[in-house]
Amino acid sequence: MAEYQNIFNRAQVRGPAYVGVDLPMGDEVRSGGTTFSYWMGKIGDAQVGPIYLGWLGVASLVCGFIAFEIIGLYMFASVDWDLQQFIRQLFWLALEPPPPKYGLSIPPLAEGGWWLMAGFFLTTSLLLWWARSYRRARALGMGTHVAWAFASAIWLYLVLGFIRPVLMGSWSEAVPFGIFPHLDWTAAFSIRYGNLFYNPFHMLSIAFLYGATLLFAMHGATILAVSRFGGDREVSQIVDRGTAAERAALFWRWTMGFNATMESIHRWAWWFAVLCPLTGGIGILLTGTAVDNWFLWGVKHGLAPAYPMGTEPAVDPSLGAR
Amino acid sequence: MLRSIRLARYVFAVPLLLVLSACEAPPVETEQLGFRGTGMQQVTNLNRAAAEEAGAKLVPDPLPVFGTTGPRAGDVYQNVQVLGDLPVPQFTRLMQAMTAWVSPEEGCAYCHTNGEAMSSDSAYTKVVARRMLQMNLAINASWSDHVGDTGVTCYTCHRGNNVPQYGWYIDAETAGPPKALGNRAGQNRPAPEVAYSSLPADPFSTYLDAKENIRVIGENPLPIKEQTGASILETEQTYGLMMHISDSLGVNCTFCHNSRAFGVWEESSPVRTTAWYGIRLVRDLNAEYVSSLAGVMPDKRLGAMGDVKKVSCMTCHQGAPKPLNGASMLADYPELSASR
Repeated sequence: MAEYQNIFNRAQVRGPAYVGVDLPMGDEVRSGGTTFSYWMGKIGDAQVGPIYLGWLGVASLVCGFIAFEIIGLYMFASVDWDLQQFIRQLFWLALEPPPPKYGLSIPPLAEGGWWLMAGFFLTTSLLLWWARSYRRARALGMGTHVAWAFASAIWLYLVLGFIRPVLMGSWSEAVPFGIFPHLDWTAAFSIRYGNLFYNPFHMLSIAFLYGATLLFAMHGATILAVSRFGGDREVSQIVDRGTAAERAALFWRWTMGFNATMESIHRWAWWFAVLCPLTGGIGILLTGTAVDNWFLWGVKHGLAPAYPMGTEPAVDPSLGAR
Repeated sequence: MLRSIRLARYVFAVPLLLVLSACEAPPVETEQLGFRGTGMQQVTNLNRAAAEEAGAKLVPDPLPVFGTTGPRAGDVYQNVQVLGDLPVPQFTRLMQAMTAWVSPEEGCAYCHTNGEAMSSDSAYTKVVARRMLQMNLAINASWSDHVGDTGVTCYTCHRGNNVPQYGWYIDAETAGPPKALGNRAGQNRPAPEVAYSSLPADPFSTYLDAKENIRVIGENPLPIKEQTGASILETEQTYGLMMHISDSLGVNCTFCHNSRAFGVWEESSPVRTTAWYGIRLVRDLNAEYVSSLAGVMPDKRLGAMGDVKKVSCMTCHQGAPKPLNGASMLADYPELSASR
């Protein structure tokens, strides 16, 4: 019984399905009925549906499907439609951007044309989905925090695949679609520009990435720890602090002398998460356009310390010549 | 309830096993190669190293010396174009050694066609062998920057095979016209040449045959106006070559480079210089000796693009930082050494 009174619990209570608030004039009707799933209830709400697709959702899914199909069928064609090889080599397969000789022109289909098309449809799909997340939040009378957090991720995606390649004057600078190939791109990108770890915006991005996970761990742990006192009703405790909020605050004041509030912790988390791709995107944007070698840049600005070599250092045998 | 827990166990255990199957079994030994904290270290898997050592063919016992004096081979035999100044006993011993190193099954007849004079050049293998002998002598005489005093013999690469086990042909997918559908442009496949990465699979044509610039890293903090640096594609090609070197030598990147600044020589370990000469050596061998045999080799020895099997780092190193773990055979075969 004690467990049931806590809204963080493993009991699944089934009432009549809730179809949601009335939608504004001009909106489509929500599609699909409602159903209950025991397994979905294990990780979230057991009620599934109704979903609101609308024309933005439909257009986004269609564009996303086209991009997915172009990439997938291209990979399938690259192993000559051999299903076994497609599965075996899947992690290696890719749809590559055009080679450097094509610059920003429209390349032949076989040499990056498909990449350009897949990129167009994927970008369109993402932007439509963003507009949808904005519109749905507005329709519910919510703030648009989710949409702007999503926009931060889209910013990084656009810098990598569109803005920076355009500034560099070549589609070939963009990231390929593929599991290992995009990781190879990442490593090659860092090597080419003299080690991205010396890029201050990369540093910021990592700090926000790790910071966001740390904050999420601290916050999740705190709320779970005080849910037995009603801490799970954290949002109402922003205005009406109960014993749970007091204990949570006291815990952090005892352990580190300072505590966030039930409200501010969510701003901390939102900003850390949003700043991760935002600063990362700035770092990528500056690479190759404003800085050509981050290590040498770091040496120039006193950022990269000099270490003694354990052995005698190597000497460039080409003696300055390439 | 109990059944779902059992099910959940499999749901987690199966992917975990799949993920772990990509790992190497310990123990692993790490040797520090540079200043503390810089990550300059060599990682060796002891199981694998032991298995390789046990499986590796050791250097064969040297043949008994018949004598070091006698008439010159060039005076006694006809058509001796290389090493004709050797005394006959020494020359004959080297011929026997070459047979043991390169054609132990076929014997002398592999190059000297049965029923024909020893001087006959009718077998293509004999023409190739002569060119390779010249190459061997040139390596020991001119490339001590790479091979040191250890030097090489036929056995360094051949190890009892007619054709060295490792080498490369021009990759048809890279060199050929792009496929209309699903063009991979010579990359994005699990290629053993680049240690099963998805990097461009034929860095050899670019860097070990053609002499394209390997250095792709920016040389100034800021970009220089009107000057285009290396593209990401070129960087991936260089990266592919480096993966090949790493795989061929069985070493990490940090064997030569300080990973915080791959391009900076002052941060690198001295063996990077040895590797630099190695690349020039391989280029020289491919251009001067190996490719020149294209007209001599029969079709069965040619690759898809009609080229000869060429030299890469793996040809000699075969997974070891020093070929044959650094053993030198020159003391037993002084006729091949530079000081001859």
